[in-house]
Amino acid sequence: MKLPDILSFSGKSLMGSRARTLLMILAMSIGVASVVILTALGEGARRYVVDQFSALGTNLLIVFPGRTETKGNVPGMLVGETPRDLTLDDARALLKSRYVKRIAPLTVGSGLVSFGRRNREVPVLGSTSDLLEIRHMKLLTGRFLPQGNAVPVCVLGIKVKEELFGSAQAVGQWVRIGERRFRVAGILAAQGQSLGSDTDELAIIPVVSAQMLFNTPSLFRILIEARSRDELELARKDALEILAARHEGERDVTVITQDAVLATFDAILRALTLAVAGIAGISLGVAGILIMNVMLIAVSQRTREIGLLKAIGASGRQIRNLFFAEAASLSLAGAISGWIAGEIGVYIISGVYPTLPVSAPWWAIGAAIGTALATGILFSLMPARRASQLDPVQALSRR
Amino acid sequence: MIRLENIRKKFTVGDQVVAALKDISLDVKAGEYLSIMGPSGSGKSTLLNLIGLLDRPTSGTYAFDGMDVTRLSDDEQAAVRREKIGFVFQFFHLIPRLSARENVELPMMLAGIAGEERKARSSRLLSDLGLDERGQHRPEQLSGGQRQRVAIARATVMNPRILLADEPTGNLDRVSGMDVIALLEKLNLEGMTLILVTHDPEIGKRANRQVLMLDGEIESDKT
Repeated sequence: MKLPDILSFSGKSLMGSRARTLLMILAMSIGVASVVILTALGEGARRYVVDQFSALGTNLLIVFPGRTETKGNVPGMLVGETPRDLTLDDARALLKSRYVKRIAPLTVGSGLVSFGRRNREVPVLGSTSDLLEIRHMKLLTGRFLPQGNAVPVCVLGIKVKEELFGSAQAVGQWVRIGERRFRVAGILAAQGQSLGSDTDELAIIPVVSAQMLFNTPSLFRILIEARSRDELELARKDALEILAARHEGERDVTVITQDAVLATFDAILRALTLAVAGIAGISLGVAGILIMNVMLIAVSQRTREIGLLKAIGASGRQIRNLFFAEAASLSLAGAISGWIAGEIGVYIISGVYPTLPVSAPWWAIGAAIGTALATGILFSLMPARRASQLDPVQALSRR
Repeated sequence: MIRLENIRKKFTVGDQVVAALKDISLDVKAGEYLSIMGPSGSGKSTLLNLIGLLDRPTSGTYAFDGMDVTRLSDDEQAAVRREKIGFVFQFFHLIPRLSARENVELPMMLAGIAGEERKARSSRLLSDLGLDERGQHRPEQLSGGQRQRVAIARATVMNPRILLADEPTGNLDRVSGMDVIALLEKLNLEGMTLILVTHDPEIGKRANRQVLMLDGEIESDKT
C-alpha cells in the first residue's frame, strides 16, 4: 500500500466524522494551550524578578552591621547581636582587598526637600560617586556626585524634580534638605519601581553630609562590587576579614551576595513554574483520557470495517498503518493548533502586561506537544491493534 | 483446486462446545459452479468462511491450489485473500464514506497498484456492470441491487481464481436478486470458480453441483 493512499484513506475517514475530529482537536489544543500559557506566565514572573535583580547591579555584595543567628530559647526568631556601627573608615578599608573593584557606603534617612515655597518629604540617600556605577543608575541631565565628600551637592529623582521645579531648569539651583543647602548637580533618569526602592522619588547627597544631617557616624549598608563573578566569594571572605580586623577580631557584620538572594527567588519561582506546569499537565492528561475514550468508541464502531479490510486482503500491518496515520494527523493537528492558540494567548498577555517578559519555555512546549502526540497515537493504536488481530469473521460479525 | 480433508470446527458458547462442522471433506475443481444449501445453523456459512480464509478450522487440512493454507501466517493468508479469493457478503459491507468507485478500488489500493491503473480497471468494471454513472455515488445513494453489484465488482477487481458468495440475494428483492445471480453465473462462464451459499432452493438448483448440509455434515453432493 502506498503512502499517498494511506494518507488519503485516513484523511477521508477523519473528514467522514467531522464532529468527532473537531472535538478531538479542540480537546488536545486546550490541553497544549494551557501548558504553554501557564508556563509562560510562571517563566515570565521568574525572569521579571531576575531582571529586576540584575538591574540593581552585578557582582554585588551587601554589608550590613550585626550578625543574625537563631537562638534556641526563642524558637524561630531572628535575634541580632548588639552591633558595632559600620563607619566610613570601615568602608574605605574594604578597598584594600584586591577582589573589590569599588564600594559605595550608604546612609539612609528621610528629609524635607524644599525649593522656594514648595517642599516634599523624601527618602534621602547618602553615598559616594561610585554608587552610580554600582547600582546601574542613569542620569537624565547634569552630573552625579563628584569625587570627594566636601561639596554640598545633591542628585534628585525625576519625580522629586518635577514636583519641586515643574518644567523649570533644576540643575544649578539650590535646594534645602533638612537644615542644609545643596546645589542640584543632576537629575536621575526615570527607572520606575525596582524591588521596592523607587529611584524616581529620591534625593542623593554626599555620605558625609548625610551623616551630619542625620547626626549619626554609622552607615546603613556598604555596597561592594567585586571584580568579577568568580571573585564574588573571595571578595566576601576578604570583606569579612578586613572588618573583623578592624572590629577587634569580632565578626559582627553580615555580608550577603546578591546572587544568594537572587538564587532563592529563582528557586522559588522555578518551583512555581513547575507547579503551574503540573496543573496544566493535568488538563493535558484529561484531554488524553478524552482522546482515549473517543478513540476506543471510534475503533470499536469500525471493527466491521477492519474485518472487511482484512477480508479483502489487508494485512494487520496495513490496518495499523491506516489507524496510525489517522491518529498521528489528528494529534498533530491538535498539538499544533494548541501551540498556536497558546502563543496567541501569550501575545495577548504580554500586550496587557508589557513589563512581564512572558514567553513559554521550550521544554514546556516540547513536553506538551510530545504528551499530546503520544496519548493521541497510543490510545488510538491500541484498540486498532487489537481489532486487527481478530479473525475477519469475528470482526465482520461485530456490531 | 480446493481440497478439504477432515475439517472440523468447534465453537465455545458459554461453557458448551458446539461442533459447527463435523469431519467435512470436499474437493472443488477450477471453473466449477457449486451451491451449498441447508437450513440455518447447518454450518454452510462457516464452511464458506473457512474456504475464504476468513476463519481457521479447529482441525483438518485445507489445500488451496495445492498449498496447505491452514499453516500460513495471518499476513500470508491476507495475501492469498487479496490475490486469489473474492468474497461477496449478504450485507454488502461497503465502506459508507467512500464512493462506489473508491470501494471497488480498495483491494487494488491494498495491493499497491498505481492510481492510473486502478482508475482504468474500476472504470471498465463499473461500466461492465451498468454502473457507469454511479461511480461517484456513495453506498447510501445506491439501491440494494446496485450495492451488491458494486460489492461484486470489488470482489472481482483483482481477477481472483474463486468467487465466494454468502447469501448474496438475502437482502435483495426477487428481481434484483436474479440480476445478481445472473451476473455471478456470467462470471462463472468466463472461467471463475463460483461457490454460492443459499437457503433458497430455487437459486441453489441452478448450480451444476449442489451440496446439501445438515447439522455440520454433508448430507448430499449431487452433480
